[in-house]
Amino acid sequence: MEVLNEMTLSFSSKSMNENFARAAVSAFILPLDPTINELADIKTAVSEAVTNAIIHGYEYGDGIVTLNAKIFPGGKIVIKIRDKGRGIENIKQAMEPLFSTAGEERAGLGFAVMQSFMDSMKVSSKPGHGTTVTLEKYIIRRSRSAQAVGYENE
Amino acid sequence: MNVKTVFDCGELTALLFGDIDHHSAREMRQTIDADIERYHPGRLALDFRKVRFMDSSGIGLIMGRYRLMKLTGGSVSLKNVPPTLQRLIDLSGVRSLTD
Repeated sequence: MEVLNEMTLSFSSKSMNENFARAAVSAFILPLDPTINELADIKTAVSEAVTNAIIHGYEYGDGIVTLNAKIFPGGKIVIKIRDKGRGIENIKQAMEPLFSTAGEERAGLGFAVMQSFMDSMKVSSKPGHGTTVTLEKYIIRRSRSAQAVGYENE
Repeated sequence: MNVKTVFDCGELTALLFGDIDHHSAREMRQTIDADIERYHPGRLALDFRKVRFMDSSGIGLIMGRYRLMKLTGGSVSLKNVPPTLQRLIDLSGVRSLTD
């Protein structure tokens, strides 16, 4: 499928960049004219994935998190968040709600939130090599503004 | 500062500001816990009226404070939760822990 727009960011695995990643994705998809709820859903899912990369992927250590976002016709957004950290041994267990290896201050809800706030979520991981989370969501077209910026060519 | 606390009549109110994520939750937690230690409130009210964004770190913040308050028989309440945060709070089931 034809990519209408794309961006890639690489940033240090520092917690201050959670906010940066959300803000960047938010600005990138704004021309699709998302509702406040759609925008909040995407920001929340991105925040969860980036936080996982920092806490679990790199275990608070140095590393680079890569975020790639693509916009396809029909308002489809695909966001990939990748780290080259420790990887996940047991993806099924990691995705269980309330499972967390990060201690009492973590709710263990990251994957559950990504799953429920996005249309689809995929995790691929190789222990010792890193993790990629792929998030997808359709932004429902509400107005003509998306056409105005050339994101709709139907 | 992303949290402002007021202690009055046995209740500690924490007014939270801005975005609650893994980064900001740490400072909020430290401030609130220091005041719980200091005042030993019977009740902790977390006020979300000024919160623009929250991810599951906010749920962790609520759960952690609930555990701490429960140690001394205290309770936690959530106040002025904006509609945009409601879905996450519902999903987490954290409402059952709070007043």
